Amino acid sequence: MKVGVVTFPGTLDDRDAARAVTHAGTTAISLWHNDADLKGVDAVILPGGFSYGDYLRCGAISRFAPVMEKIIDAANGGMPLLGICNGFQVLCEAHLLPGALTRNHELHFLCGDQKLEITNNQTAWTSSYSVGQEIVIPLKNGEGSFQCDDATLAALEGEGRIIARYVGENPNGSRNKIAGITNTRGNVVGLMPHPEHAIDTLTGPTADGLGFFTSVLKALVK
Amino acid sequence: MAKIVVDVMLKPEILDPQGVAVSAALPRLGFTFAKSVRQGKRFEIEIDGDPTPAQLAEVAKAAETLLANPVIETFTVRVEK
Amino acid sequence: MLDTVAIAQNNSDAAQPFAELGLKPDEYARIKEILGRRPTSSELAMYSVMWSEHCSYKSSKVHLKQFGDKAVKTDALLVGIGENAGVVDVGQGYAVTFKIESHNHPSFIEPYQGAATGVGGIVRDILTMGARPIAVMDPLRFGPADAADTRRVLPGIIAGVGGYGNCLGLPNIGGEVVFDETYIGNPLVNALCVGVMKHSDIKLAKAAGAGNLVVLYGAKTGGDGIGGVSVLASETFDSTGPAKRPAVQVGDPFVEKVLIECSLEIFAEDLVVGIQDLGGAGLSCATSELASGGSGGMKVELDRVPLRDATLSPEEILMSESQERMCAIVEPKHIERFLEICKKWDVTVTVIGEVTDGERLEITWHGDLIVDVPPRTVAHDGPVYNRPLAKPEYVDRVNAEQVIVPRPSTADEIKSTVLKLAATPNLADKSWVTSQYDRYVQGNTIQSQPDDSGMVRIDEKTHLGVAIATDANANWSYLNPYEGAKLALAEAARNIATAGAKPLAVTNCLNFGSPEDPGVMWQFAESVRGLADGCLEMGLPVTGGNVSFYNQTGAVAILPTPVIGVLGVIDDVRTRTPMSFDRAGLELYLLGETADDVAGSEWAYMHGQRGGCAPVADLQREMRLIELLVAGRTSQIFTAAHDLSQGGLSASLTEMVLRHNVGADITIANVEVALISESPGRVIVAIDPAKSEQLMALAKKQEIAIMKIGTTGGNNLVINGAIIPLNELRSAHTETFPKLFG
Repeated sequence: MKVGVVTFPGTLDDRDAARAVTHAGTTAISLWHNDADLKGVDAVILPGGFSYGDYLRCGAISRFAPVMEKIIDAANGGMPLLGICNGFQVLCEAHLLPGALTRNHELHFLCGDQKLEITNNQTAWTSSYSVGQEIVIPLKNGEGSFQCDDATLAALEGEGRIIARYVGENPNGSRNKIAGITNTRGNVVGLMPHPEHAIDTLTGPTADGLGFFTSVLKALVK
Repeated sequence: MAKIVVDVMLKPEILDPQGVAVSAALPRLGFTFAKSVRQGKRFEIEIDGDPTPAQLAEVAKAAETLLANPVIETFTVRVEK
Repeated sequence: MLDTVAIAQNNSDAAQPFAELGLKPDEYARIKEILGRRPTSSELAMYSVMWSEHCSYKSSKVHLKQFGDKAVKTDALLVGIGENAGVVDVGQGYAVTFKIESHNHPSFIEPYQGAATGVGGIVRDILTMGARPIAVMDPLRFGPADAADTRRVLPGIIAGVGGYGNCLGLPNIGGEVVFDETYIGNPLVNALCVGVMKHSDIKLAKAAGAGNLVVLYGAKTGGDGIGGVSVLASETFDSTGPAKRPAVQVGDPFVEKVLIECSLEIFAEDLVVGIQDLGGAGLSCATSELASGGSGGMKVELDRVPLRDATLSPEEILMSESQERMCAIVEPKHIERFLEICKKWDVTVTVIGEVTDGERLEITWHGDLIVDVPPRTVAHDGPVYNRPLAKPEYVDRVNAEQVIVPRPSTADEIKSTVLKLAATPNLADKSWVTSQYDRYVQGNTIQSQPDDSGMVRIDEKTHLGVAIATDANANWSYLNPYEGAKLALAEAARNIATAGAKPLAVTNCLNFGSPEDPGVMWQFAESVRGLADGCLEMGLPVTGGNVSFYNQTGAVAILPTPVIGVLGVIDDVRTRTPMSFDRAGLELYLLGETADDVAGSEWAYMHGQRGGCAPVADLQREMRLIELLVAGRTSQIFTAAHDLSQGGLSASLTEMVLRHNVGADITIANVEVALISESPGRVIVAIDPAKSEQLMALAKKQEIAIMKIGTTGGNNLVINGAIIPLNELRSAHTETFPKLFG
């Protein structure tokens, strides 16, 4: 079982995502943005960071990387794909997920321990959680406000495609406190907060984030 | 040589926190003229000669694909002499 | 018209604008003596920048010598003063490099970019040693929190530190935010970076081996910060604001992140013989230092430097401080692979010259020789001043002053004192600041603000870790610069020890007024003497640091502010002692002796009292306390440990009870002194009652005074019967910054 972790120029949390994958009990494979080669992985993670310095728009340039072509194909064929933070931004720019991430409503970069409610455990990345479960994982970004038009929002809500919501005060102005969403099929998930930074209490606020990485193992075994 | 200008703005329904911050700062400095402020991006593209309709169409395509995110932004294309 | 060596030889008496470039007549005369002719304008530019205070340390060298002279002999020091950063052995084959630097004046001019490029610069210093940067810290000092200019500079500086550091993927693991009238017009932005590598990875800045190539890689060169170093850092501001607006450096953290990854791949394949980053004085510095570090010969074709701005003259290229550039010495057999790696990361790379057999640094511009100098005279043998020192008249007068402050004794007074201290900007909760910094990236952060020290794990298998703390006390340094420096050293070391790490090495950032003022020079000399004596006594080598002079507005200098950084090591981060307790039923003890040390305290400052005598450092006792804390951690005696500093017992208790929202019931004698005194050498520890005998035995063995002061539990902080509900305390503590800065 192999999970690919993509590195774009400026990606920061790739090694942390790889560590989380290993912690969950499987092998992490490094994928270079410029190589259109998925190296036979069974799932892919687009990690957090400031790919291309967030030039133009977050993720706007990364989405055109050679590796993304292969990833989009594989995702359309059902491969589990998780975009964390900058990765979520790339997925939206690549239109694998609807909507867009914009500047935090209070304009500051914000790093904190964020309480979330898991609202959909039917996806490849959230099956280890129960619906309604509250978890705490770090949120750290300047552009985390999820925006979309009314029709999209209605569809996401109506189809239960919101996988996590912020609990408490809205940290960034996201519509309906959306912290993460999934596609119709449930294999592509975008999540703003960072589960890879909550895999043990030595280095994170909790170990609540590990569930994202154990979920995909179950999905792959099926 | 000509300059093609692409102006990109957030769609009206999208929250523009930077524009909000600017419109809050203006009166603090004594400027009271603004009812509202929205912040956008401007791209200046230099080309050889005068732009043909085909080239302008290409620029529009580039704007739609890369320079703007149509999910949340709109754009205009014009030629500056 | 290009000014070449040939022309300079022919009209050696032509007038040159050396004074405008910051050189004194005797310095200019010396350059002519060294070269046997007048310098070309390019050479003049190089000497003027490299001989400026900021680059040459001409006023501080004679004093900083003490760090070498009084250095303790230790095998742990792998690279000492003189290189870009010091390197210490931390065990298991790992070497850690760390350093702190200032970027004060640029941050007053352009807060965001000044702070951002300050971070960028120190990170490159660490990278250039061959290490992967793993964390940053930022001690910051501003004018009064409610001053208009503080509102101008603070948000920009915080945003710049965060904006650059976050984008580099470096966790911010601590720092300081201090407010004082003395810094209005002269904010202090000190940036620290720490990096880790294996012993075999250490790189030095030397150009050795004739025929080896000089390779410039990273960002293209533009007009950033031209004259920034010599003109800006060696000049004070007049009280209406900066008179000039020179080009400020603008940083791009994405380019630096790519530069870091590219460089580490290059290092991993052992492709460089020597390497230097381009910081202050840009190419002038990199070429002359690399050449000096080797046999002395180097040839550079300046026209090969890739430019962002084609209109730059050779002088401007040599002085440019464009960010994110490195200069490597590469053997010809390795250059192809070097270029390949740069291509992979899309990093601009150009061979600009080669190391030669001779002893001169020769630079040409389209074939014309425009620089021909002995590199050591530029980089190392600059002017050395023995500036006059004179103890200022204020010292004895101020030391004789009585410190008159309200002394809390009734329950109401105790409560209101605690709440006032909790809310005052210097002691208030700093989350507004630290939440703008990423503390999680790289997944190895064990401790960060508000802990006593930042701690990072460096081996995921063995859990070996390092801890870093920075401290300064300008109030004490003002009252007694010699003791002030020692006390700051002791505090930083103690902050390392509370978590159970063992202090290992020291860095420093010495922020002072003008060295042309004999009183300031006396403060500087005394501070350096105190730090050097203190380091010798504590067995901690000074690995390097930074001096920032000219922090003054007109004739008014800032309070002397030597910032001391201490690095320590811990064999297993999982066993560290946390800062605070998360349950009821624990016993609280105060280690160390409390005297009436209100002079220079936060409480005194809040009441406009700046006089009195600073405490006298007892480093032997501090060392015994450190041993106690480390031993206690090894034996797992402590549930928590937190040191006492500004704000005394009141502040430390406030911080402890609010951390996990568990109250405490405290009883203390002489509360009117004990609550507000800032006697050094004290720590509060929380223990399981079952361990009290072990604790007492340890304290006895280390000859450290110990006193039980209370127990943990409840929803209040109770001190001698005064009840302070945690909710009220939390409001007071956490509302200050949002109210001030939005």
